[in-house]
Amino acid sequence: MTAVTPRGAKPQKALSPRNIMLYGALVIFSLYYLLPLYVMIVTSLKDMAEIRVGNIFSAPVEITFQPWVKAWSQACTGINCDGLSRGFWNSVRILIPSLIISVSVAALTGYVLACWRFKGSEVFFGILLLGAFIPYQVLLYPLVIILRELGLFGSLWGLVLVHTVFAMPINVLLFRNYFVALPEELFKAARVDGAGFWGIFFRIVIPMSLPIFVVSGIIQVTGIWNDFLFGVVYTRPENYPMTVQLNNIVNSVQGVKEYNVNMAATLLTGLVPLVVYFFSGKLFIRGIAAGAVKG
Amino acid sequence: MTHSISIKDLTLSFGAVTVLEDLNLDVGQGEFLVLLGSSGCGKSTLLNCIAGLLDITDGEIHIQGKNVTWEEPSKRGIGMVFQSYALYPQMTVEGNLAFGLKNARVPKAEIATRIARAADVLQIEPLLKRKPAALSGGQRQRVAIGRALVRDVDVFLFDEPLSNLDAKLRANLRVEIKRLHHTLKNTMIYVTHDQVEAMTLADRIAIMRDGQIMQLAPPAEIYNRPVNKYVAGFIGSPAMNLIPGQLDAADQQFDTGLGMSISVQGYEFTSAPITGPVWLGLRPEHVLSGQMAQTQPVQLDAYVDMVEPMGSDTQVWAKIGKQELRFRMDGQAEVAIGDTVPIGFDPARLSLFDKKSEARL
Repeated sequence: MTAVTPRGAKPQKALSPRNIMLYGALVIFSLYYLLPLYVMIVTSLKDMAEIRVGNIFSAPVEITFQPWVKAWSQACTGINCDGLSRGFWNSVRILIPSLIISVSVAALTGYVLACWRFKGSEVFFGILLLGAFIPYQVLLYPLVIILRELGLFGSLWGLVLVHTVFAMPINVLLFRNYFVALPEELFKAARVDGAGFWGIFFRIVIPMSLPIFVVSGIIQVTGIWNDFLFGVVYTRPENYPMTVQLNNIVNSVQGVKEYNVNMAATLLTGLVPLVVYFFSGKLFIRGIAAGAVKG
Repeated sequence: MTHSISIKDLTLSFGAVTVLEDLNLDVGQGEFLVLLGSSGCGKSTLLNCIAGLLDITDGEIHIQGKNVTWEEPSKRGIGMVFQSYALYPQMTVEGNLAFGLKNARVPKAEIATRIARAADVLQIEPLLKRKPAALSGGQRQRVAIGRALVRDVDVFLFDEPLSNLDAKLRANLRVEIKRLHHTLKNTMIYVTHDQVEAMTLADRIAIMRDGQIMQLAPPAEIYNRPVNKYVAGFIGSPAMNLIPGQLDAADQQFDTGLGMSISVQGYEFTSAPITGPVWLGLRPEHVLSGQMAQTQPVQLDAYVDMVEPMGSDTQVWAKIGKQELRFRMDGQAEVAIGDTVPIGFDPARLSLFDKKSEARL
């Protein structure tokens, strides 16, 4: 009989100094980020009397959903007293066409730049990337003029166009780099098999690129949903997105500051990006990491 | 009879860089042609030009008598097999085989028949419903060959199809490809850098270097009568001994100046013998040793420097005077470092190359 001797690294104790440091730091950082969220949630569930007591960390004694109802359907901005709901639907109407158009155009542009190089395509790509470094504020006024000349100023489609244009640099970069990493021989094989420009795009490239579409989609959903600047500049009040509506509710200077309603309204506005992250976070990570590890 | 593939004055340049220049090549019906060369010699580029995956700068390409110079790859009547298999990962094996046919709007029943036939030939029926990710390397390459097969074309193009496989599988598939060619009798053009694949598969080999075809000939001729020093050194393993020295045309004597002086009487000159510096090429397997050496016109004594027993044979690194020479002995031969072994060879099996032009004399 040979004696069994332990091999490999020495197992670490659960409460080693290293683990205490590591998890301690993680807990502190989590608290740091989660505490404001906690304050928002509990405040939105209190009534004004309870808020005036002044202890912002205490749990609500009597849970009320009235602030949420008010934020959604009754809060006033100017003469309209139908709450955030109007802005929510405006945002949805802005988001859906902007998302579809911007992702489609970016994917197609990336595909051309990656797989169908033309003379000067690298220069074109360079100029496009340069766009990512120009501050939005510089372009605000020229865009107003362009939209006016196009007859799109103040309309929803004007805003859709602006979102699409501003989405190009980063999203084209994402798509192009993803497509460049696809094996070149696949394109050759597809061409021998008689697939053309669109055939290769729809039947070969897109089915292989789900992760990058998810990444681009998430970037666009959060970006467009959270946009305030373009929404306030390029649309008229009846088309204001939710973020602008939220600002108008929270910043109203008349009467009592209804903290509970403000908190509820803010949470409602942040809900869409939050939900998107929750449901596609895994795919998002996979898309970002794709290309790093080829499977 | 028309040629299966005929390439006329093909030139390909990218900007200022000319990759292929005035290349001419005719491939016969049902011929198995191997394009052989080290990486960067233009062999894959030439294949891509034939396939239509690269637009050529000048010249013409005819396939089955039709000028296809500006035709789309899918309309050229070719099937192609790639090194990385290039299977569509999201489709099943069946989908992969059917993809090209669907694009060509072949009727469904016809597609099914063709897939069944290809699957039978390549023995991939059990794999038809699987995705490529669930296949081994050998199976994937079989499917890739199947994709070319179902297209029912006259010409098959192979771009280093076995390079990604391990040695044993490679040998198996090599035999299968040869058998396939024997059965189908299609024209095949096969790109490789592996001389064993080239020698075993080819009807003719085209050895390429720097975008030019150095020699186009059947394997035996390439092996026995290489047209220049490059081809001589490229084909054969272990490599041919290439010995620099002086040739005297009058008495047909070759002298290395390092203590090795032999007569080359019996060598078939392709041009008039010269007097001057030459390379003498001698294949290790053409050197006989021991008893056998005495039957050979040229006989020498070799001092054994190093011995590499391989089992089937023994590689010997030896010196004649100060001249190094590598040769092969029987695997059972008892030879040790420091021995002196009598060797001999026949000048008819030598190769002589001009030192300057490196062309065969």
